Amino acid sequence: MATTNYTSWAADLADVGVVYPFAGTEVVMVVLGVVFWLTCQVMMSKMEDEELETEEKSATSSSSQANIDRY
Amino acid sequence: MGSNLDALTTIFTEFYYWVTVVFMFLIHVGFCVYEVGVARRRNHMHTLMKNTMLIPLVTVTFFFFGWWIYFAFPNFPLSIDYAAAAAYTPWAENMGTNLSDRITGVFWAAFLLFSWTAASIVSGACIERIKTKAFLIHAVLIGSVFWIIDASWGWHWGGWMVKYLGYHDAYASGVIHAIAGGYALGILMVLGPRLGKFAKDGTPRDIPPHNPWLVTIGFFMIYTGFWGFYAACNVPIISPEVIGGEITGVTWTATNIYLAPTTLGAITMNFLMSLSGGLMVAYLVSKGDAFWTYSGGLAGIITASAGNDLYHPIQAMLIGGFGAYCAFKLHNYVEKRFKIDDAVGAVAVHGYAGFIGVVICGFMLWGAPSSPYEGYATISPWGQLIGAIIMFGLLGFLPGYLVSRLMQARGMLRIPAAVELRGLDAMTNEGYENAVAEIQAAEKAILNEQSK
Repeated sequence: MATTNYTSWAADLADVGVVYPFAGTEVVMVVLGVVFWLTCQVMMSKMEDEELETEEKSATSSSSQANIDRY
Repeated sequence: MGSNLDALTTIFTEFYYWVTVVFMFLIHVGFCVYEVGVARRRNHMHTLMKNTMLIPLVTVTFFFFGWWIYFAFPNFPLSIDYAAAAAYTPWAENMGTNLSDRITGVFWAAFLLFSWTAASIVSGACIERIKTKAFLIHAVLIGSVFWIIDASWGWHWGGWMVKYLGYHDAYASGVIHAIAGGYALGILMVLGPRLGKFAKDGTPRDIPPHNPWLVTIGFFMIYTGFWGFYAACNVPIISPEVIGGEITGVTWTATNIYLAPTTLGAITMNFLMSLSGGLMVAYLVSKGDAFWTYSGGLAGIITASAGNDLYHPIQAMLIGGFGAYCAFKLHNYVEKRFKIDDAVGAVAVHGYAGFIGVVICGFMLWGAPSSPYEGYATISPWGQLIGAIIMFGLLGFLPGYLVSRLMQARGMLRIPAAVELRGLDAMTNEGYENAVAEIQAAEKAILNEQSK
């Protein structure tokens, strides 16, 4: 089993190009990568919404006044 | 040096390593800043000096014997290669100013900075309750003995782990991080938690950093130093004939530590992508906690480091994200389940992430050559798993645990409880306040005399 398209370095490096594993699956990797990025970004966005909602509910005039004084 | 081209190559290589050493100094500055940021105000000076004093002690011991171990121990304990290591004894001509050897000095320094890093990783885990003298013995052992043995076995072109296991760990997931994390865990199991860390029912209490901004700056410095670390793990330029392996042709290349080809461009992209994957996942899994987000970025790089010479950047990103997730979850699980107080998450970020990174590399690079030399084993999951156990367990956890038990038996490991509660800097702080009061009184007396 080999995940790379070479199993030894017995080659002229002038003729060697890609050396990363699973070469040929670049499109699949990009799809996975984009899914990962979008999932993370959407989850970050939702997390902030939830946090702000909680903050908003817990905000009182006195706590806001104290925080303004704290600068 | 024969021709001008040889001279240019040699001096370029010398300058290249020199630059990496300067960059890597930022790792240590970052660790110091970060530890002081995490420590409570009454322990600052002790925390800072503990980490600072490992610099001279690891430096001199690495000069006296650490560097020699690297060249003598590739097949230890079966044999010791006295001939290959002769040039690296502290009395060898190569270890002094020598116009016929411009590389040994900078190469020694690059490895020395790795040694500081290994010791500094351990330092953070045990702040606020370990005696400095105990830590400094540990620093010498991890920095100038155990990590360099593992480098000789698994981070040397002729190391037995590379030859027979096909061990591959280009940017030291196991060689630096897993061993240091394992060593720290060994100490923590004997040292015990900080007073008050756990409630009576065993629930862990958070001990927040006294200054999150210092922690942040420290992390950014560590990230910056990590660039130098990555570059220092490469040979910047070498010809196939100098390698003397299977590579044919005349094309010069950069290589990893095993003298197998890679590019500085590849490792730069992979560094950034694994950092990004780690940051994103850690931010989510820790619900935006700054300390763990930064730690996750580091864990991301560390997890991908074993194969970052060959991975595709997207692979590095996904592996980095996975590593950050594992580090965060494992830290909390181990803390709750085993009552381990790791003040900075070092065991998780370096130890667990490093271990996992070494194993993942075995699957990702399965069948790839571990070396340009003929007859070496290829990279495999089992070779990497055995390698990770050796790094984390055999050369990391075991010595850390055993030496700490010895220290504990002699009463030299942990500071007294009364001192821990009062603060390690109490005397220093009193001295400071007394000095301030005395000089203020003296100046006021002079002022009074002048006004008469």
